[in-house]
Amino acid sequence: MRDIHAGYGGANILNGVTIEVEAHEIGVIVGPNGAGKSTTLKALFGLLNVSQGSISFDGKEVTNARPENLVRAGLSFVPQEFNVFPTMSVRENLEMGAYTRRDDFRYLIEKIFEYFPPLRDKHKQPAGELSGGQRQMVAIGRALMMEPKLLLLDEPTAGLSPRYMGEIFERVIAINEAGVGILMVEQNARQALAIAHKGFVLAGGKNSFTDTGQALLDDPEVAESFLGGGTKH
Amino acid sequence: MDTIGLLSALPINELVFFINKVVIAGLIIGSIYALGAVGMTLAWGILRFANFAHGDLMTLGAFIAFMLTMAMPGLGAYVGLPTAFVVLPIAMAVTALVTILIDKTFYVPVRKTNPKPITLVIASFGVMLMLQGLIRLFFGTAPRQMYVGSKDIYRIPFAGRDIVITEPQVLLIVFTVVAIVALHLFLTRSRTGKAMRAMSDNADLARISGIGTAHVVRVTWIIAGSLAAAGGTLLAMDVSLKPDLSFNLLLPIVAAIIVGGIGQPYGAIVGGLIVGFTETVAVFNWAILLRPLKPHMPDWLELPANLTFVPTEYKIVVPFVILVAVLIWRPNGIFKGKVL
Amino acid sequence: MKVLELRTASLLVGLAVIVALIFIWQGNAYALRMLAEAGCLAIVALGLNVQWGYAGLFNAGIMGFIAIAAFGSMLISYPVNPVFWQSEAPGWLLRMALIIAIGGAVTVLLSRIDRYGVPRRIRTMLTIIAALATYMMAQNALTPAAAIIEQNSGFIGGFGLPVGLGWLVGGVFAAVLAWFIGRITLGLRSDYLAIATLGIAEIVKAFLKNADWLTRGTLTVSPLPWPVPTPNEIGFVVARAAYLSITAVLIVIIYVLLQRGWASPWGRMMRAIRDNELAAESVGKNVNRRLLEMFVIGNFIVGVGGAALITFGGIFDPSGFLPINHTFLVLIMVVLGGSGNNLGSIFGALLVYVIWTMSEPAALILFRYGADWLQNVFNIAPPDDLATRALQMRVFVIGLTIILVLRFAPKGLLPEKIVKYE
Repeated sequence: MRDIHAGYGGANILNGVTIEVEAHEIGVIVGPNGAGKSTTLKALFGLLNVSQGSISFDGKEVTNARPENLVRAGLSFVPQEFNVFPTMSVRENLEMGAYTRRDDFRYLIEKIFEYFPPLRDKHKQPAGELSGGQRQMVAIGRALMMEPKLLLLDEPTAGLSPRYMGEIFERVIAINEAGVGILMVEQNARQALAIAHKGFVLAGGKNSFTDTGQALLDDPEVAESFLGGGTKH
Repeated sequence: MDTIGLLSALPINELVFFINKVVIAGLIIGSIYALGAVGMTLAWGILRFANFAHGDLMTLGAFIAFMLTMAMPGLGAYVGLPTAFVVLPIAMAVTALVTILIDKTFYVPVRKTNPKPITLVIASFGVMLMLQGLIRLFFGTAPRQMYVGSKDIYRIPFAGRDIVITEPQVLLIVFTVVAIVALHLFLTRSRTGKAMRAMSDNADLARISGIGTAHVVRVTWIIAGSLAAAGGTLLAMDVSLKPDLSFNLLLPIVAAIIVGGIGQPYGAIVGGLIVGFTETVAVFNWAILLRPLKPHMPDWLELPANLTFVPTEYKIVVPFVILVAVLIWRPNGIFKGKVL
Repeated sequence: MKVLELRTASLLVGLAVIVALIFIWQGNAYALRMLAEAGCLAIVALGLNVQWGYAGLFNAGIMGFIAIAAFGSMLISYPVNPVFWQSEAPGWLLRMALIIAIGGAVTVLLSRIDRYGVPRRIRTMLTIIAALATYMMAQNALTPAAAIIEQNSGFIGGFGLPVGLGWLVGGVFAAVLAWFIGRITLGLRSDYLAIATLGIAEIVKAFLKNADWLTRGTLTVSPLPWPVPTPNEIGFVVARAAYLSITAVLIVIIYVLLQRGWASPWGRMMRAIRDNELAAESVGKNVNRRLLEMFVIGNFIVGVGGAALITFGGIFDPSGFLPINHTFLVLIMVVLGGSGNNLGSIFGALLVYVIWTMSEPAALILFRYGADWLQNVFNIAPPDDLATRALQMRVFVIGLTIILVLRFAPKGLLPEKIVKYE
């Protein structure tokens, strides 16, 4: 089936990280600040140079591939910041997500509105004027327009109120149940691991624990070393 | 009812003078600035640097049109329009091509080294000098006329005095309106146009979404180059073709861009008109409007003979002051462009 | 280190050889003139290096600072015009100066009253009204003065003081202009600073060109007094050589001062600011004050060099100030030589000026051949103004040089030595 295998070392931040996710799974990367979580996603999506190791997607070698090609292959990325086009309307943002498509994708826009109902009324509003939670919805919606096989999310709940946080997590589960694999980097480790099929704990640019989400939550070592959202330093 | 008598009590004469010297003149020069500014601001927003060679692209376009006009002077007569206008599309296309070539040869290698923004500006200075040198080399420094025959001058009588507008000026206004509408439709309806706006908003996200940046850049240069050629040619048709056309345009155009917000095409259009009108308003001798009041004023009140804000020789000060004022008080510009 | 020194040495030797060749080809007088002008421009380049190479401030309006400094120098050193001083004009000018001083002070004070609780809108309106009123009143005082001066005496003349003093005053004029401009614009990013300075230069030029009462405008002022005996008195070669020596001495003095300043703790701090402004600010250094200092000092040097350059030309012609000749040329000198490296700026100045000057005769020869060929093969008559067109070749070459340098030697030919601390 489809999986991602990423192992690389020698990059300044990442020194030998391995992540594997199956197509129907939710994978979550957690870890203290500076552990290299976002860097992992960026490296996966070809935004950083991978000096060592390999990434394969859907059976194909995609190390250091260009974003356009990855998008076409079924990989979508939602960055943590600056993840919408602020002067363009919600609808236009979604259209941009579907840029590489050649078909009539209006049905997709409908689907996105079903996932994120608040967006339907605001579909003509510039994305920059929306609240943080709604912006995040637009960001994820944009990424979904390509009907990706795997969705990469970089701290989707960063800076959101608890209400929106819960909503986002709910949507993530819904999207996954609809058949999209998810690989998520999260600061809110507890909640993220609770919904994860696979959890990866990163520290200092390397894997430190890997297991199912529930197992990690139950593991006293993990809990002791850092769970709590990075408040101890 | 003696309407003529009534009208003569109003300062119609002076009003028409005002319209000619301020309103129409402002519209003309404002449209030229707008045409130049739109192209430059699009490139600035998407490529993140100020292409100072843009002024010389306008001159280049004008000279290409000039050459074509001289080569086929009778062409315009077939359609009833000046030849220079008829060959304009060709000049626009050629200039667009040259612009793309310039980018490929000179700017892309510099961009690849991940430079500071100022390095790209210096590179654009280099291109500007090369273009200027080449143009003056081939054409000399004397002014040329773009018209083969004579210009049509339209006079609209308005209660005793004529509102004067010449044929090239009419063409300019029509062209500008058409260009603005076309650009608007392009940016809001077409796929590439929206991609351009996306790239201008957030270049990284555009890449992540799979938008092919090279294609967008190419289209941007095409638009910039063609509009530059149009602006330069139409200006030369109105006045005359001089090689230092470019430098005199550069400062007002940059002022227009900053007023409207960098990267905002509508802002550039509005900015161009604002700068144009401010210029004509500032150099107008407002005392003329006060003249009709003279018979009604007491004898001891002396009306100043000269009430201009800025003497004509110092016209260049106007766009500059606008520029500095905007930079200090509202660097985003009217339409909230980028503060780069 | 050895490689760098070898490279520096070979570049210098290469340049010396080229200069020697020019002496042989074009003759002593020509070559000396070229060297003297290059020397003045080297001083200007050093000034630009202080602003751009050290402080990272991109000044695209060097021409304006040269112009104002040349004006200051002319004002000081040109012989006195007795007709002016005997007329009523100085009285009017004094009135105008008083109006500007008082009006300016009032305007500035008004702009600050918002600190005393006056609402912003009112403050802005009052300030604008005060500024406009000052402008109008000053204009009214100026018009009769200008009329009188132009009718009777041509222009106000100078003060007849020594030329050296003139150059210093020129530098001061440039520094004062820099202070004003800097206060307003230094907070801006480099793109914007470039545009702002570009505009300022044009305004200064327009002012000097049109204020006939002050500068004779397009009628120009000549001859400008020299610090050494003029060519009329002792011949071209000797006079120019003397001028060159003075310039060389100035270069050495300025170079030594700059090098010492750069090596001092103050210089280290400036470097820290340039390399990482944010970090320097966080350590508590007042970045804006320092940048302003550099801008003012740099432009003072530019002013001295500019005054020297225009004095050498012997004629003060506002229309003769061209951005190409006076701004971009210096820019490319610093970039080519290596921004941040004083020796590089001097070297760059010489090299670029040689290229600039030699482009003209080289182009002329090329064009002659081309014209002959066109004549013989195609029977096309060459245009009449071939000579002036050949001059334009210089512009093209300079533009090309900028591109080539950016491409192949972006740090310049003599890049800044990065001092490593163990």
